Amino acid sequence: MKQLEDFREEIEQCVKCGACRAHCPVFGAEKHEGRVARGKVALAGAVLDGEIDLEEKVLEDMSQCLLCGSCGAQCPNKVPTDEIVAAARRRIAEQKGLSSFGKGVAAVLGRPKLMDLLAKTGGKFSSLLFKKLPEDSGLRLRFPAPFLESDRTLPPIAGKPFRDRVPEVIEGREGEPTVAFFTGCGINYMYPAIGEALLAALKFVGVTVIIPKDQGCCGLPAVSAGAQETVEKLAELNRIALTRRPVDYVVTACASCNAGIGKIYADFGGEYLPLSERIADIFVFLARHGLPEKLAALPRAAKRKKVTYHDPCHLRTQGITREPREILKALPQVDFVEMEEAGTCCGLGGTYSVYHYDTSKKIGARKAGYIGASGAELVATDCPGCIMQLQDSINHAGGKARVVHVLELLMEALPDLSKGDKSE
Amino acid sequence: MLDSRIINALREVVGKDNVTTDKADLLCYSYDATQQKFMPEVVVHPSTSEQISRIMKLANAEKIPVFPRGAGSGFTGGSLPTGGGMVVTTERMDHILEIDQDNLVAVVEPGVVTEQFQKEVEKVGLFYPPDPASLKFSTLGGNVAECAGGPRCVKYGVTKDYILGLEIVTPTGDIITTGGSTMKGVVGLDLTKLMCGSEGTLGIITKIVIKLLPLPEAKKTMLVLFDSIDGAAQAVSTIVRNKIIPATLEFMDGRTIDCVRQATDLQVPEGARAVLIIEVDGDREFLDKQAQRIAEIIKPLGVVETRIAETPAESEALWQIRRSVSASLRKVNPDKFNEDICVPRSKLPDMIRKIDQIADRHGVPIVNFGHAGDGNIHVNIMIDKKIPGELEKAERAIEEVFKGALELGGTMSGEHGVGIAKAAYIPLELTEETAAYMKKIKKALDPNNILNPGKIFLDN
Ligand SMILES: Cc1cc2nc3c(=O)[nH]c(=O)nc-3n(C[C@H](O)[C@H](O)[C@H](O)COP(=O)(O)OP(=O)(O)OC[C@H]3O[C@@H](n4cnc5c(N)ncnc54)[C@H](O)[C@@H]3O)c2cc1C
Ligand code: SF4
Ligand code: SF4
Repeated sequence: MKQLEDFREEIEQCVKCGACRAHCPVFGAEKHEGRVARGKVALAGAVLDGEIDLEEKVLEDMSQCLLCGSCGAQCPNKVPTDEIVAAARRRIAEQKGLSSFGKGVAAVLGRPKLMDLLAKTGGKFSSLLFKKLPEDSGLRLRFPAPFLESDRTLPPIAGKPFRDRVPEVIEGREGEPTVAFFTGCGINYMYPAIGEALLAALKFVGVTVIIPKDQGCCGLPAVSAGAQETVEKLAELNRIALTRRPVDYVVTACASCNAGIGKIYADFGGEYLPLSERIADIFVFLARHGLPEKLAALPRAAKRKKVTYHDPCHLRTQGITREPREILKALPQVDFVEMEEAGTCCGLGGTYSVYHYDTSKKIGARKAGYIGASGAELVATDCPGCIMQLQDSINHAGGKARVVHVLELLMEALPDLSKGDKSE
Repeated sequence: MLDSRIINALREVVGKDNVTTDKADLLCYSYDATQQKFMPEVVVHPSTSEQISRIMKLANAEKIPVFPRGAGSGFTGGSLPTGGGMVVTTERMDHILEIDQDNLVAVVEPGVVTEQFQKEVEKVGLFYPPDPASLKFSTLGGNVAECAGGPRCVKYGVTKDYILGLEIVTPTGDIITTGGSTMKGVVGLDLTKLMCGSEGTLGIITKIVIKLLPLPEAKKTMLVLFDSIDGAAQAVSTIVRNKIIPATLEFMDGRTIDCVRQATDLQVPEGARAVLIIEVDGDREFLDKQAQRIAEIIKPLGVVETRIAETPAESEALWQIRRSVSASLRKVNPDKFNEDICVPRSKLPDMIRKIDQIADRHGVPIVNFGHAGDGNIHVNIMIDKKIPGELEKAERAIEEVFKGALELGGTMSGEHGVGIAKAAYIPLELTEETAAYMKKIKKALDPNNILNPGKIFLDN
């Protein structure tokens, strides 16, 4: 993986204009230059120049980043602050050792079986047990704060992980492509219903679906923790699992997994490229298969729900904002309303909200305000992590809206669609 | 390093968490958009006028320089802690205190970001026109201190035209107010105007009373391509002579168009050597007519093509050409010196011609664009600092550009101020007597020269 030194040119491309101040959610909540992209880039440059050591304050500032990528996407010079921060965290891990959380990530995410076991026991013995999970358990890290904070909304832990509920191969119609479904941890362990909705949608399209049992975490939390070896291990595991059989696409219904595999594996290059190149968010995939048009042809339901959409950072920064909205707008039971700041981060940032729960909450509160102002009953999004954080933020703000995956709304309309679909 | 007694005193004023001497923090407040670096000794985050007053009193007693800072987006180094000392940042004083819809007045703290303020007033149908290109991140305090301008200035004027009153902490730590919330007011000296553009050297702005306008109902954007800069400049005069003042009149010269063409896939025809983006605003029914009228009267002036946006999306696409300039410049050379001279608008072609000659003479690419409506040209001297001798070439070119602007009756800064970047050139523009008059004011208000020393005047 790229080292901090490899980013010298990108660091020098920062002209210190300050434009990132407008886009960095951490800065918005903290109002301190060390928290904004410009400051972190300046610090990374100073570390490279030997002007400053990896002292406490530098570690603190580098930890104060959601890796949401908003800054780079809006930076006139396209400075990839998130990648620079991730490289700085790898450097920190190298020199100072992994943090206790980082160790937890490495220990648990690197061993999917252990993760399965933890999830299953959690499911059986309710969330109480999670409170007894060791402080640095990887599960706490992947879906952090719910297990740490008693006032936080807990998603139910699936008694049986999604991948254990479904066969590994689901044959589709002749002549249709084959896709692999990368479930990610959120869907597998916490929101299996989203996985089921995704399968229903793929079934409607008629593709053959492969859900390799031995896939693991995408590696994004490990990137965030600076645990380089774990990232490499997971990438290798997923590469083998997802390319065992030739597939046309690898679909995701989690923005983070999409970016994890699409962006990080692409950086590995070589044999990882066939995998990263095939990654497709489920809505991009469905849009390519003409689903929005088919949905739009359905009669509008008499009773409709007001729904707004939250853009997960990891899709927005890749320019994927249109497709999920197209589907939502076309759904017969939905009245779509755009909220203000739909594209700002919810404040989860994986491990970020473990380290910085207070700031994470502040960022979430702002978002909850915009959701409230939109008047929507439902907030739809495309990432299990965002669902969890948004629901928690709304609950804290005393809001009424419920957060769902766009797929769950799509699922409601599929029966109507199937009725009208002559190809079925 | 400041001794711990002073740091402790500061902590007492603003609280422990709002004072920092950590090296990482000092580094983070050592720069602004000029890309120069000066390390402060301490960074303070106050949240009230009273705190700032106590900070100034302490600074005066101890003779510590104080450097006010908003977002640090300045282009002339105004907020840089050139002599060490204390950076006082207003970024946490970011509350909109009042929006008075009966009197069309608002009161804000200095750290409010300009665009956030605009959005809030627009929600209630009001309008704050000043729109520096940095509006998404620069602060209103910084805007007042620099008297920032933007594309809409041609019709609506600059920041100072919207400031009715201020609360200021003086260099010696008193809290005073200037002006008020009324549209009129002639009691005493106009200290409000004196503060606008004073670059943080005469006082720290702690509250701003702002005049608002009703929000125009709609706007219409058009993009006109010309075969020469003369055509574009004549178009500007023609439009104005016909008693039409568009909300914006932006131009890009031939070299800018070349950059855009190379760096993006935006369609700009070959024959175009100058571009005007013209935006009119007001009542919806009257806009179509006005746009048509503009198109008609400028047609004989070498127009290659006219595009009029019919929808907001089309308007956005037209602006995209202007917005792509900044990133496309980097394709010319990695380093940029951005000057913001201003000439009488009829002198625009003369100035561009002069700049082209300067560019050729020194062998440095210079790309120009800016606010044609008010003759404000953003002169971008593109070099690669790593190549020996390039920096010196750029510096010589810059001086000639300033002299050229002054010869045409212009000024060396329309928007960005003097700061440290242009201090050395002050004698080119101000007579000795004028400069001395200004320095007397500074000396009288800041006897110990502790508020933003080293800015505007070299010997300050
Ligand atoms: C990409 C980009 C585009 C820009 N476009 C424009 C433009 O179109 N028009 C334009 O005019 N400028 C422009 N600028 C320059 C800059 O944004 C403006 O000068 C802006 O007003 C600075 O605001 P700031 O909050 O960043 O202030 P800073 O840079 O922090 O400070 C600027 C000056 O104001 C003083 N100051 C700040 N706050 C206070 C206060 N509360 N009291 C007293 N003094 C204070 C500082 O000491 C300093 O001298 C641009 C800059 C960038 C990076
Ligand atoms: S990271 Fe980009 S947006 Fe932020 S200061 Fe640097 S150049 Fe500007
Ligand atoms: S990645 Fe997100 S949190 Fe990190 S600096 Fe950029 S905008 Fe801020």
